[in-house]
Parts: sequence; structure tokens; C-alpha cells
Amino acid sequence: MAFNAIFRKPKNELEKGGRPPSKRVESDIEMAQTCPNCGTANPISELWETLYVCKCGHCFRLTARQRISYLTDERSFNELYADIESKNPISFPGYPEKLEQMRKTARESEAVICGTASIANEKCALFVMEPYFMMGSMGAAVGEKITLLFEYATENAMPLIGCTVSGGARMQEGIISLMQMAKTSGAAKRHSDAGNLYITLLTDPTTGGVTASFAMQGDILIAEPGAIIGFAGARVVEQTVRKKLPAGFQKAEVMLEHGFLDMIVERKDQRQIISQLLKMHSPPKNTTLPSPSQS
Amino acid sequence: MTSAYERVIAARSKDRMTGQDYINGLFTDFIELHGDKRFADDPAIIGGLAYLGNTPMTVLATEKGRDTKSRIKRNFGTPNPEGYRKSLRLMKQAEKFRRPVICIIDTAGAFCGIGAEERGQGQAIAENLSEMMTLKTPILSILIGEGGSGGALALAIADEVWMLENAVYSVISPEGCANILWRDAERAPEAAKYLKLTAKDAMSLGVVERIIKENGKDPSELQTKLAGEISKWYETISHLSPDELIAARYERFRRIG
Repeated sequence: MAFNAIFRKPKNELEKGGRPPSKRVESDIEMAQTCPNCGTANPISELWETLYVCKCGHCFRLTARQRISYLTDERSFNELYADIESKNPISFPGYPEKLEQMRKTARESEAVICGTASIANEKCALFVMEPYFMMGSMGAAVGEKITLLFEYATENAMPLIGCTVSGGARMQEGIISLMQMAKTSGAAKRHSDAGNLYITLLTDPTTGGVTASFAMQGDILIAEPGAIIGFAGARVVEQTVRKKLPAGFQKAEVMLEHGFLDMIVERKDQRQIISQLLKMHSPPKNTTLPSPSQS
Repeated sequence: MTSAYERVIAARSKDRMTGQDYINGLFTDFIELHGDKRFADDPAIIGGLAYLGNTPMTVLATEKGRDTKSRIKRNFGTPNPEGYRKSLRLMKQAEKFRRPVICIIDTAGAFCGIGAEERGQGQAIAENLSEMMTLKTPILSILIGEGGSGGALALAIADEVWMLENAVYSVISPEGCANILWRDAERAPEAAKYLKLTAKDAMSLGVVERIIKENGKDPSELQTKLAGEISKWYETISHLSPDELIAARYERFRRIG
């Protein structure tokens, strides 16, 4: 049955919580990351210089902290709501142990990091999802942190930048996780109705309940090259329709063609584009429209 | 006591009344309105206008179909993006004419198809969540069978959400959950228990306001009672100003989790 299979795609990631970042952290010297696209072994020590982008253009997955580090001005990030952590709202067996394990391996307390920062001196609120924490899945803690951030940004009339990477809703929190889609959407709508800018940076993969809520609700949607962006997992779709999927299915490039993204921006240019967009939406200092030419 | 999985089976039963049955039973003078006015008409969601008593309302219902032919036509009640866009169009229309919106939900979830993805299934659901949050007219959602994940939630951003006694509401099907946890869909009954997907669970988690008893009632008795409850609900909520309505709706979801 079609629906049964919806969550099959993130199976491994959810189960394992994604690849642990230990390779990157522990041994900087001889380790290399092999590009799944072109096979090049990229020495870890050199990867930061290219922002973890292989010369073929493949974007390696980043931790939330790495993303914050290249997007924002040095020492400008001020973390908020770091003490909000997942509980076990429906007493799902094994979930507290899973969380404990994730906190150790991902070295984060939850699957999203929130705060304020400046990007080329433009102040903004910022959330960045953490792929190494249960594949950025959204439970009550993620929903609450993002909701609080939208409320903070609304109160302070601040633009908000959201970087998404997620397998979707967090199954272990059952219906409570589904409700986070509603909660975050409500907060994002209030922020929007108050005339504030919300930019989403969609990174690989952005799927499920996150796509079907705040990831798609930005005023401007930017995607990273090659990112998978979709609702249902590709494997689930394949099993449902029993057809081979078209080339580039759910890839950012195809999503752009279908009209669901504003642009695709390489990592090295993201900071500049976002800061320019922020500038264009900041309150006018003194309006300097060119005066009409006089004859 | 009925187990969680028995509720799932009951919710999926082919003998259960479908969305169309509820439209016919609860309302009078139903006029169906088709299409999202952008791309297509999605037969998995039926929408239109009808009277409840003497109040015109906008009615939306997912429809699974009754026999093989109609089930195929209705895509087994799993909507494409056009279904959600049609529902939003009709909700906006309801807002304009100050009609309440009644959503009747019975779906395994949004359709997982190639076209559905290419035409923005995620975007369509996201837009419903966003727009329904601030729709300036009362919304009531009633889960009559399966409440499958985001595909159901896209019609359940409401001032109140009710569930029939044997309806279920879940972020994932028990089979899908069992598959992820143990790679064994056969263990769905166990997963069903863990997911807390019954009406009683949803009520105790603060996700729904009311459970509609159905045991021992014949369909017409159930519908008469339900119609009466909808009338009563509307009488109470219609006194609220749009701002009060939207503020309360925000709080309804804000407090969860």
C-alpha cells in the first residue's frame, strides 16, 4: 500500500542518525572523503577551504555548526533555546536511549540550532538543522525551537534565515511530531503577515513533513546544488507507481525547472546572495530613487 | 478492550462510510465545485457548498470510493497537489463569503507519485497549513477513518478537530513504522500500539477536542447526532470575531509539544 511506504526512504538515516561526524572531527590528517559523484578522494584537511565541495561540484553534508560558521559574520552567532531538548511524549520504547546516543555522536542536544547572527553586518534570526542528529527529523523540541525563533523574529521585526535538512517528522513522537508542522507553519505565517522576510536555504535532503511545512514557506527559496527536495521518498514513489523514476527526480535542478525554487546557489556564493537579499529588505535609510531625467 | 491495531483495521474497513456518504448524510442541497483552477480537478477530494440546517457551508471531503472502479477514480483517497489546491481555493472562497468550512477526512495520506512530486506535493500541503492558520472563517475538521500524516493534516488546521471512535490519526502508518523499526511490516500491530494513534490517545494528547461514539449506532443515527453537534459548534464559534478566531486557532496548535 502506497502510504505504508512513505517513510521507507529515511529508514537507514533515521535508524543510524546519519553518518557520524567522527571522521571529520577526530583525525584530520590522513582522512579523506571520497566523493560519491566522481570518486575523488578529498583530503579532509583541504575540504574546509572549498566549504566541503568537491571539484566536481558535489556538496558534502555539513554539520549545522559548519554551516553557521561560513554563513555568518565571525563571532556574531548568538545561540538561543539551546536548553530545549526532546522528551518522550508518547513513551515510545527505545527513544530515550536513541536520543542519548545521538547527543553523544552528534555532539548536539537537538536536530536544530537557533539563534541570531549577522551576515555581512545584516542582523537576522537563523535556524540551521542538524543532519547528524536523527537526520534532522522534527519532533516537539525542533518544532518548539523553530516556533520560538519565528516568534522572537516577529517581535523584533527581524528577517529569518532557515537552513533545512531533514528526513521529515520524527516518528518516535507520533502525532505530536505531526502537530509540529502545524505549529511552525502558524509561527512562520505570523512572521510573514507582519511584513518580515523569511529565506529558506534547502540542503540535501529536505523531505517529508519539513518540506510540507516551513521549508516551502519562505518568501525566497534557495537550494544547494544537487539537493534532494521532496515530500515522499524516491524509493517509496518508485514502489508506489512501479515505474522507473525520471532522471534528476526531486533534485534541486529539476525542482527549479518545475518552478518550485527561486534559485540554486553554490556554497561559496550563498553568504553574498543572502546578505544582498537581506540588504534589499532592510528598512530604507533614505530613499534614493533616481530622479526622473529632465529635458 | 479494542487494540490499537483493531482500530486501524476498523478505520480502513471497506464497509465504513466514505466522505461522500457523510456529505450526503449531514448536509442538504450539496453542489459540487470542481478544480483547482490551475491544473486539474482531483477526484480524491470532493468540495462544494451545502446547507447544514439553513446555514450554507463549504464542505470538503477526501473520498476513497466504494468499489474498484470508483476507488481507482478516486486514487484510493490519496490526494495529489491539485486536491489540496482545490481545497484551499474553496476555503478562500468560504472566507470571502463568510461561510464556515467543514473538512471530512479519511485518507491514508497524500499520494506518493512522480507527478505529485513534480507538481509540488510538499509545497501544496505547506501552503494549506500556512493559509488555514489565518483563514478568517471557522474551520471544523472531522476524522472519519484514516488520518494519514501530512496528507490529513493539510485539511486539519482547524478551530476544532473531532474524531470518530474508530478513526485513527498518525504521523506514519503502523506498517511503515514497523518497517523502519524492525524491517518487518508484520509487526504493525505492535507499532500501532506504540504510535498512540487512536481517538482516545489523540484526545489525551490534546490533539483533538471530541470523540464521536459510533458503536451500536446505525449510520443515519450517527449522522443525525453528528449534524446536531456541528450545528451546536457553529452556533458557539460564529460569535467570535475573525481576530479572536485566528488567535485561538494559533494557540490551539501552539501549546502542543
